[in-house]
Amino acid sequence: MSFSILGTGSAIPETVVTNDDLAEFLDTSDEWISQRTGIRERRVSAGETASQLATAAASRALKNASVKPGEIDLIICSTIGGEYITPTTACMVQQRIGARCPAFDVNGACAGFITALDIAKSYFDAGRTDKILVVSSEQMTRYIDWSDRSSCVLFGDAAGAVLLGRGENLLSIVTHTAGNDTLLTIGGVRGSSPYLSAAAPDSTLFMDGGEVYKYAVNAMARDVAEAAAAAAIEVSDISYVLSHQANLRIIQATQKKLGIGAERFCVNIDKRGNTSSAAIPLLLDECSSQGKFTRGDLLAMCAFGGGLSDGACIIRWN
Amino acid sequence: MVEKTILEMLGEYTDKQEITRESTFDVLGIDSLDVFNLVMELEEKLGCTLELDGSLKTVGELIDFVEANKK
Repeated sequence: MSFSILGTGSAIPETVVTNDDLAEFLDTSDEWISQRTGIRERRVSAGETASQLATAAASRALKNASVKPGEIDLIICSTIGGEYITPTTACMVQQRIGARCPAFDVNGACAGFITALDIAKSYFDAGRTDKILVVSSEQMTRYIDWSDRSSCVLFGDAAGAVLLGRGENLLSIVTHTAGNDTLLTIGGVRGSSPYLSAAAPDSTLFMDGGEVYKYAVNAMARDVAEAAAAAAIEVSDISYVLSHQANLRIIQATQKKLGIGAERFCVNIDKRGNTSSAAIPLLLDECSSQGKFTRGDLLAMCAFGGGLSDGACIIRWN
Repeated sequence: MVEKTILEMLGEYTDKQEITRESTFDVLGIDSLDVFNLVMELEEKLGCTLELDGSLKTVGELIDFVEANKK
């Protein structure tokens, strides 16, 4: 027993920042950014908080699924950080939508949505839940160094949510971790303890782009193949791939490695940038709203992120 | 052998007809992410690991790097 997706939802901040906007204060250009990454614009939080975006996405998913907040048995939010370290964003969603169930955050960085689905599967497998709300809310724009043109152009903010119910449509899910604190880091809060002598790691995002690129392409292709095998399907049976939206070049390289046509890869990075773990549920909701999927379609989701962690799953669309 | 493989593969990354050892990636319209893709493809084709840590500017530099580092 696993789960099926009963509803999807998403939310994006109002403020649009284009590549030309960035070129006003960074030594960069629309041409450079779009050729290198495929990104043309991104949404950036101005007045919105992580929990507001999460709540909006969650509410839409509930409406889409025709499920009331009181019916939810568990809320899992994947995020690298909300407006508070505590209470978690999941707790704030629980409060705001009027749910009465347990709620917690999970930090799997950009692979967090897959991580959350994996946890959700375990609850369904154990017969402990009937409905789980998984929401991903990320504001990467708060963690990046806005003076570093090599990284700040990549990210945007968003939230995405899925309402899961007991069912048979999750066909397989795989996750992997290769612990590493040199290739992709965002340092934590150091605080002002007079006793702490250790220097704090840099609190803005650091990324070794080249190494992460290599890791990303290899990991996503390998995980999709592994998830397909676990689901007893061929890679060629996959209807659509919803990959983490970090860089269009990574998506294209993954597509080439898997031997799947580009038209079967869903993409929204041009307008959203890299929204960390919110990328896949956001993409899922946008594609669903556009009527892209047909009942019975086999969707492969794959992601990679800081940790380093990666994973993939195969879900049948209903 | 390596040189021939690389020159063939480069043909898929650029529409410039003339590719020589002296050709720069800049002129060929190949950026560093393309070079990463190339190196990854070469790893598969040649069955080796290539740790790319510097930046390669010309076709000749890529050929020399692969010759020197394929294990």
